[in-house]
Amino acid sequence: MVPLYMSFFVGGILCLIGQMIMDFTKPKITPGHILVGYITIGAIISGLGLYQPLVDIAGAGATVPLSGFGHLLAQGAIEAADKRGVLGAFSGGVEATAAGITAAIVFGYVAAVLFNPKS
Amino acid sequence: MAAPKKRGMQTIVFDNPPCLTSWASIVGPKEGEGPWGNSFDVRLNDNLLGEKTWEKAESKLLQDTVSLALSKRGFEIDDVEVFLAGDLLNQLASANFAARTLNIPFLGLYGACSTMAESLIVGAMILDGGFCERVIAATSSHHYSAERQYRFPVEQGVQRSLTAQWTVTGSGAVVLEKGVLGPKIKSATIGKIVDRGQDDANNMGAAMAPVASDTIKMHHLDLNLQPDYYDLVITGDLGSVGAALVRQLFNRDGLVPKPNYSDCGILIFDEKQDVHAGGSGCGCSAVMLCGPLLAKMQRGELNKLLFVATGALMSPTTTFQGETIPCIAHAVAIENQ
Amino acid sequence: MNMPQNEGLKNAEKAEYDSMVSQISPKPTYLKNFLWAFVIGGLICMTGQIILNSLIKSGMDLKAAGSMTSVILIFLAALFTGLGLYDELAKKAGAGTIVPITGFANAIVASAMEFKREGYIFGVGARIFTVAGPTLVFGFVISVIIGLIKFLI
Repeated sequence: MVPLYMSFFVGGILCLIGQMIMDFTKPKITPGHILVGYITIGAIISGLGLYQPLVDIAGAGATVPLSGFGHLLAQGAIEAADKRGVLGAFSGGVEATAAGITAAIVFGYVAAVLFNPKS
Repeated sequence: MAAPKKRGMQTIVFDNPPCLTSWASIVGPKEGEGPWGNSFDVRLNDNLLGEKTWEKAESKLLQDTVSLALSKRGFEIDDVEVFLAGDLLNQLASANFAARTLNIPFLGLYGACSTMAESLIVGAMILDGGFCERVIAATSSHHYSAERQYRFPVEQGVQRSLTAQWTVTGSGAVVLEKGVLGPKIKSATIGKIVDRGQDDANNMGAAMAPVASDTIKMHHLDLNLQPDYYDLVITGDLGSVGAALVRQLFNRDGLVPKPNYSDCGILIFDEKQDVHAGGSGCGCSAVMLCGPLLAKMQRGELNKLLFVATGALMSPTTTFQGETIPCIAHAVAIENQ
Repeated sequence: MNMPQNEGLKNAEKAEYDSMVSQISPKPTYLKNFLWAFVIGGLICMTGQIILNSLIKSGMDLKAAGSMTSVILIFLAALFTGLGLYDELAKKAGAGTIVPITGFANAIVASAMEFKREGYIFGVGARIFTVAGPTLVFGFVISVIIGLIKFLI
């Protein structure tokens, strides 16, 4: 099992990089850009086969950041494309990430029903 | 033939200067905790005013402020002939819905955060032109209704930039009348749009500083005034960044000396209130004028005030399209006689 | 005929003003921001690791445990957003609360809550992806492209 300090360290570094990008480019790069950028770049690195080694070292430190979400998308698409061809290429990414995305929508809806934005 | 009431390029003077006979200010909880909290007529405990939405709350805020200004003068709503108002929301939602309830002739004005000066100028023109005897000029802004329109959802985790300003929850209203009571609007300078290529909606002070200095310069030039003619030149919502920039521009042009200048955006909040560069919004300059500033004039602590409300005229759409921020500033000269 | 000269003058003026602005505008407190982002981001990931480890111990296979960990973290982010605590933490932690999957959840939940007053269908339903939608668009597009490339080679 991955030691906790490794997931802390690698996860922290990935967040630190995001903070540096935002602070040094102020006001051009916003949180929205960071979300999109991490998923896209994570998926590309994963497609090149370079993200799995980081996951092996850091566990949740590499999978919890959004680059890990990109990794999941890419690996899902690659595995499904191997098994099911073009159809797999289309469905694989979403299948692999379905639980997370659906959870976010459902909990988002429930939170909207239960809570009001505080002021 | 030159227009008889016009001076120079952008300035108008009034033959029979309209009087500010009554005024009122209502502020939200955070503004109430600020350094001038005691100078406002009403400090709210609740940002929603018992309404269901922030938009409804802002409209109620504007209505209540108008009613309060009228009742201080002993007027009923139909004692005034025109209601001049505007706010920051799309289609002037707050002002329109307040006008629906007030049910008097209404002109909606949009000047973003410069609206208080704009409504005072139009009101003064209506009176001096002999079209009406009494008008009411008002504006409002609400932190949460503005935030959701211009920036992020309230609960989204974002770090606000250190140059960002905090939209004031508050409303100010002024009753203008022909007559002799109270401070008078002697002249006004209608601003031009100035855009120095700033495009950061989180640094509006920097975008608006050039236009504030431009309008103030034109006012002094058109009326041939000394740089220290006014006891106080006050800008609307430049905040700490914009005010520092405008001071540099004043130094360069030999305008307003340092002790005679201040900014409502800096005054309204305390540094400890975590608002970063200061206050902003239509309500910022409106409540400072209708709260502490006019009270000081009434007590004779201030006799010549140049009120320069500044507005950043961007929209969320133009910001996404990469447009720069066009800015405006109008100056209103208010003097005791 | 002096257009280019005017243009040049205007650019020089803008450059001069830009440098005034950047001199006066306060800079982000870099070191403090970096430290907060590192520590909070690291702690969120470590929490993920603790959840993951205990799920694996309880007998789940690695893949299922990974998905379940995401779901739990998203639930926690939704809860803290609803209680109005996530944005308070984010004020300090910046990217430390944006980069982890909890930041994605916060963007969705905050948008959903914000537009509740415009109704559940055209408010919550339509606006829930205001901030996070682009990540799904680009995420899906890139995953299909990667899948197709894999299929072709």
